[in-house]
Amino acid sequence: MSRNKPVKYSALGLFKRGLSGKEWPRVWRDVDLKKTYDVVIIGAGVHGLSTAYYLAKNHGVKNVAVVDRAYVGGGGSGRNTAILRSNYLTPEGVRFYDRSVDLYRHLAADLNFNVMFAPRGHLTLAHNDGALRTMRWRAEVNKVQGIDSEVIGPEEIKKLVPYMDVSDDTRYPILGALYHPPGGIIRHDAVNWGYARAADAMGVEIHQKTEVLGINTAGGKVTGVRTNRGDVSAPIVINCTAGWATLIADMAGVKLPIITHPLQAAVTEPVQMFLSSVVVSGSLHVYVSQTDRGELVFGASTDPYAAYSMRSSLEFTEELAGHVLELMPSISKMRVLRQWSGLCDITPDFSPIMGFTEVEGFLVDVGWGTYGFKAGPASGEAMAQLAATNKTPEIISAFDLARFEEGRLASERGAAAVGH
Amino acid sequence: MILIPCPNCGPRNSSEFTYEGENKERPNAATVTKAQWRNYLYLKNNPLGWTTETWYHSSGCKKFLVAERHTMTNEIRSTKALGQQGGAS
Repeated sequence: MSRNKPVKYSALGLFKRGLSGKEWPRVWRDVDLKKTYDVVIIGAGVHGLSTAYYLAKNHGVKNVAVVDRAYVGGGGSGRNTAILRSNYLTPEGVRFYDRSVDLYRHLAADLNFNVMFAPRGHLTLAHNDGALRTMRWRAEVNKVQGIDSEVIGPEEIKKLVPYMDVSDDTRYPILGALYHPPGGIIRHDAVNWGYARAADAMGVEIHQKTEVLGINTAGGKVTGVRTNRGDVSAPIVINCTAGWATLIADMAGVKLPIITHPLQAAVTEPVQMFLSSVVVSGSLHVYVSQTDRGELVFGASTDPYAAYSMRSSLEFTEELAGHVLELMPSISKMRVLRQWSGLCDITPDFSPIMGFTEVEGFLVDVGWGTYGFKAGPASGEAMAQLAATNKTPEIISAFDLARFEEGRLASERGAAAVGH
Repeated sequence: MILIPCPNCGPRNSSEFTYEGENKERPNAATVTKAQWRNYLYLKNNPLGWTTETWYHSSGCKKFLVAERHTMTNEIRSTKALGQQGGAS
């Protein structure tokens, strides 16, 4: 198998290229689709690419194809609001997401790609007693797992976010917040590109514009996929799609407990840095952070009905702006630059589905709702281990598909989504 | 905004309605097995295309309706009042 030798990125390299004016080479290769692979991964987002990367790096499985109907990071991995945190509610969830934050922390060095991780601190606001009680509960669960997480009052919030209206004369006064210092933001495109480049360098093939049209099975075992570029045979096929997860699983005859909802987000024009923390309000259905470029990124809860449509709506922008201004009235003159939407696969317990299905060799890494991006590295690492060893790693054992039949749901409803 | 033609009130904004989800036949509670019941609770078709679903006109006539909607275009091609108006009043 051909190995690709990418240029090592460094300050000195950048300086030399600047002087010589030499073109930078392509970041990953475009190669012909082969007839057979050891593993085919459907979906070139952060989950698919990280699974491929850890398969090659940790397990030496390099005859891997990542196929995508569109382009690298064009789905949920490029549409999310790039927030990282691990202050979840169940011990299984906290452990898993903390592993992910840990991997993100060293990702830039591992991939030799600047992913711009900024652990700026994460605030989840409580506007009523019920929410405050859940924050306390989460803080205690987090602390037991060794995660920096505590409940703070309005004065401390004001110190962290000076522009926040923490007074009593608002419609939903702020009673407190769950403060999670290791949380923060990252550049999501860089994460996708970094994984793609590093996986490609080890021999993994990335095939964009390669749509899976069907999944071939024989005697309850997967044998390969049919694509618009021809048939490919593989003993292991991993469904790493979001939005299309049930449509892909249907091709293998596997039913998933997932409903697809759109989720809308928006960004403002860039301004000077004034908001260091990520601010989330469940009651107001909104989360805000400021990127390194100075734009404010807003996200909301999912649209209230199931759909595959990725159109944005005016009522979303109006509602969002109203809620943001309740928190920070002084930014009322800022203008929204653009808005977009992505698809979220919602499961009944707001936890993902990772692992085996009843079709041998057909693995799923789906149901990522509104929390898929922050889980990318940990799920890739675990799914790679699962595919290479044919055994479910301990860290994801609570998130298997069989839990719905066996009645052991892993409910993250209280910590995974806003507006529930 | 989707316009939903309510059989009682005429076309109204979808923000007046509560989405109840895809229609599914409820198994007979007396004879159902555990597996069938869990399928009924958790598994949906989640189709890309036309789907039949229930909406509740929570800020209007407070009646349930059944709509045929396309999940990609959000076009609604038919609505009708839900059979027995169960639990609506």
